[in-house]
Amino acid sequence: MAGRFKSTLRWSQVTPEAQYLDRRQLMGGAGALALSAAILPRGAAAASRYSTDAEPNSYEDITSYNNFYEFGTGKGDPEDHAGQLTTEPWSVKIDGLVDRPGTYGFDDIMAKMTVEERIYRLRCVEAWSMVVPWMGFELADLLDIVGVKPSARFISFETLVRPEEMPGQKYPVLDWPYREGLRLDEARHPLTILATGLYGKPMPNQNGAPLRLVVPWKYGFKSIKSIVRITATDSQPQSTWNMQAPREYGFYSNVNPEVDHPRWSQATERRVGGGLFSRRQDTLMFNGYGDEVASLYAGMDLQKNF
Amino acid sequence: MALAATVNGAVRRIPVWAVYALGVLPPVWYFYLGLTGGLGVEPIKALEQKIGLLALQMLIAVLAVTPLMRLTRINLMKFRRALGVLTFYYVTCHLLAWLVLDIQDPARIWADILKRPYITVGMAGFALLLPLAITSNNLSLRKLGPLRWRRLHKLTYVAALLGAVHYVMLAKGLQLEPLIYLAIITGLLALRLPMMRRARTA
Repeated sequence: MAGRFKSTLRWSQVTPEAQYLDRRQLMGGAGALALSAAILPRGAAAASRYSTDAEPNSYEDITSYNNFYEFGTGKGDPEDHAGQLTTEPWSVKIDGLVDRPGTYGFDDIMAKMTVEERIYRLRCVEAWSMVVPWMGFELADLLDIVGVKPSARFISFETLVRPEEMPGQKYPVLDWPYREGLRLDEARHPLTILATGLYGKPMPNQNGAPLRLVVPWKYGFKSIKSIVRITATDSQPQSTWNMQAPREYGFYSNVNPEVDHPRWSQATERRVGGGLFSRRQDTLMFNGYGDEVASLYAGMDLQKNF
Repeated sequence: MALAATVNGAVRRIPVWAVYALGVLPPVWYFYLGLTGGLGVEPIKALEQKIGLLALQMLIAVLAVTPLMRLTRINLMKFRRALGVLTFYYVTCHLLAWLVLDIQDPARIWADILKRPYITVGMAGFALLLPLAITSNNLSLRKLGPLRWRRLHKLTYVAALLGAVHYVMLAKGLQLEPLIYLAIITGLLALRLPMMRRARTA
């Protein structure tokens, strides 16, 4: 249900649209002008208040620095190569332990969902972070529509495999398709959304168009992109990075400053977009969403279940 | 060989200082790009990686000088010291980018060196290059004597291998590029094995 979750991040912390639209776009489209004018007053009012410590991320930051290995391993590869991805038509196969399995068209799903904005922190396992103004709906709402059977305990996800449009898939960098999974209670948590856009626009291809998961208290790689399959299962599903290097990437992968990645510390992070002399900041437990999600892991050893 | 003669003729006309002068520029250029937005929205990592790759490429150039002369008679020996010193300069810039811009915290730097194997390996490579850089002058060559000097400078082989392994170890997933660097460096070192040299002269 839309409106259940209240974000502590506000529109005032988002870079005004006018700052990321380049001049040509601004001059070129009256529509773009009107849109930026609508957002500008709210954004401009408080931008300076936060400009020192929590610099919000521009559209350029969010769309030019991506990990989406389907398009290459370089951070700029997704922006360079994702343009060729066809996202219309798009459908998601929903199967497993659900009452109404089937292939659901993207537009049909959208017709039933209320999209709202969620401005979330994003913490990558590589120790960088961003703040992203997502548009999307709660995964729980979609799960309610398909009806999850009582025997289901996990939800798994798969990304599209289409090497002719996803050049990174021509190499076995990872074991395609990209797979992710959540425990059912994590999947049903109101913070967990399927995002369909950002900055009020349809999802850019490099960010996982047209439909991607966003689980803000987990490392970014859990938030699987360009989803074509959602399955309810009774056993813990495989997840790509866990398959690749189980010692480095656990199934849970909750943001945790006390559990280091074997190759680097997770105690601090660097907010993208701060330039060459950007300072690191402390990483927060559950990426700062502890009040909302810590209870999901009560009694669990998070050093072991990393 | 006509080609070798032409190249060697051209080489004779290029002064060594020109190699130093050109070689100093790339890290400075990348730093400038990083300051002005030319390295994207996360310039620290980009700078670190670009200079790291430069260092590996220069190491490959250093290791290629001798096999190139043996196989093609192209003689770049005159530049080898300059290439070696530039390698050390790139590795130092790479290390500084990591220390000063990336990690920032001295306590964490030391912890990382001890705890993170790929950083341990990288630092070991840097440590091995240090005495080589210090003795890359005629005075040291005379003081050590050519035999001991050459033996010392064989540490380049170990450092090169450590550099390549450092790159392989930090890749996520099965990535091709680090493995290509490792293969080239291993190949250039293999050409120096006594049996390879014998096989070619036989």
